[in-house]
Amino acid sequence: MEYVNPEGIREDGRRPLEMRHLHAEIGTVARADGSAVFEMGNTKVIAAVYGPREVQNRSQQLNDQALVRCEYSMPNFSTGDRMRKPKGDRRSTEISLVIRQTMEACILTHLMPRSQIDIFVQVLSADGGTRSACINAATLALADAGIPMRDLVTSCSAGYLNSTPLLDLSYFEDSAGGPDVTVGILPKLDKVTLLQMDARLPIDIFENVVQLATEGCKAVANYIHEVLLENTKQLEYRRGL
Amino acid sequence: MRGIQLSLNQTQRLRLQTALELLETLSSKASLNASVTVADTIPVNYEDGVLKGHGTTELDGEVVATVCGVVERVNKLVYVRALRARYKPEIGDIIVGRVIEVAPKRWRLEINFIQDAVLMLSSMTLPDGIQRRRTAVDELNMRSIFEENDVVCAEVRGFQHDGSLHLQARSQKYGKLERGQLLTIPPYLVKRRKQHFHHLEEYGVDLIIGCNGFIWVGEHVEAKDDMVVDDQVNKSEQHSSKSKSWTSLEEQEQAYTHAETRQNICRIANAVRVLSTLGFNVTLDVIMETVYLSSSSNVEIHEMLGAEFCVLVAESEAERRSSSAKRKG
Repeated sequence: MEYVNPEGIREDGRRPLEMRHLHAEIGTVARADGSAVFEMGNTKVIAAVYGPREVQNRSQQLNDQALVRCEYSMPNFSTGDRMRKPKGDRRSTEISLVIRQTMEACILTHLMPRSQIDIFVQVLSADGGTRSACINAATLALADAGIPMRDLVTSCSAGYLNSTPLLDLSYFEDSAGGPDVTVGILPKLDKVTLLQMDARLPIDIFENVVQLATEGCKAVANYIHEVLLENTKQLEYRRGL
Repeated sequence: MRGIQLSLNQTQRLRLQTALELLETLSSKASLNASVTVADTIPVNYEDGVLKGHGTTELDGEVVATVCGVVERVNKLVYVRALRARYKPEIGDIIVGRVIEVAPKRWRLEINFIQDAVLMLSSMTLPDGIQRRRTAVDELNMRSIFEENDVVCAEVRGFQHDGSLHLQARSQKYGKLERGQLLTIPPYLVKRRKQHFHHLEEYGVDLIIGCNGFIWVGEHVEAKDDMVVDDQVNKSEQHSSKSKSWTSLEEQEQAYTHAETRQNICRIANAVRVLSTLGFNVTLDVIMETVYLSSSSNVEIHEMLGAEFCVLVAESEAERRSSSAKRKG
């Protein structure tokens, strides 16, 4: 199967090193403390953050830091085939865990002891890279909720098909079965917080692909930063003095 | 745009845009440039001796913001004032909260803080108004004072060593709030003032602007000891069953809120709702101006949440701020 044609164009018209169109919106859930919608091409994810609030289950309360919880869900309507998936299946439990760990690494949890932060992410439309989109949406929602963070976490995926490194795989490319590397970074600290890969890659190619995904993360970080700054300015000038 | 999901037509959209742009130009340039987001470096001129306040952290000798907000500088202290965040209590704040649990010797209140606040039985005046030790009987009768889901007004007393927040209600002006509406707005829209209790005489309405972003609009109650009267009534009730029917009639009359007052409550509440969806500062002056605007332009109460009135409020706010800026300048 040809995923990159001889002119170097991918199936959806992108160049190998090109990302899909990004779009983000803050404050989409009225009742939540923070919320955001993040789109990467046709992938669309909504995230809502509640808290820090009183811990619901007292036995889980931590006396020196906040408890971070995350729930990921992917409704039937988000994918092409409307297969009925039971809630709490392996895939969503795993992604919930991944998102929770990634976000927990950047939230300054020690500032909010004896409280709980709930992150709910839902995939509204899936077209590859849902994991990355979820993390990006969760970052935006956390920043909107005014939760102190070390840094923004941004994520992007990259793959390797037809002996070409490809940035930001779509569902079509993802289902080709080739290697798919999802990277999450803290752009300011320049650290990697998430690195996942299906399939195998030779080490020298792997480095290239990770480098590519990291570049993608940085591009996402720039965009998220812009959106947040615009939102903050707008809130400030509207409030007046 | 946050919160504004109105179906505006073309002209309304344009008008709202111009009003908001005017607001943007009016707000001081300095404050706009001071906006930061997470992980932005805050420029500090003098290299050492900077005190890092809330919302900042240190990274490689630089001061870095950890929240989105506005940088504030007080002498050597540099901190970031977060805009959208949960309520940060300060001692002496007047807050409105909702009782969520009656626990031994205390009530737990939801006040939009990172934890539930605690109102101890011993830190509130009992209905009889006598200073005394709280007995086991008082503890058993706690539900007769506040029940679950009651709306309560109180004052921030302080933090315990374990970080929990304690409240007090040692005055007749605090206590249960009845016959009105509770509105929740983001706390950053409320500014701390000397006065948070307002009695709007022309409407017969009480307005309590809680520092935690909970706003109470309710029928005016005299700050008299009506609980004491109730108590006496209850006693006489025990004495004779004859007076019972009389009490219930009187109680009914007391519990009745006139239609006009109800409408006033709704009007004021809707004014607050419009202001909070637009993200404008919520103060008594602005609320009253919005109420006047609605009644002078014959806007029905239910139409106040519509697109047209929203645009009107934005325009009048822009005008107000520009005129006040001129007066200053």
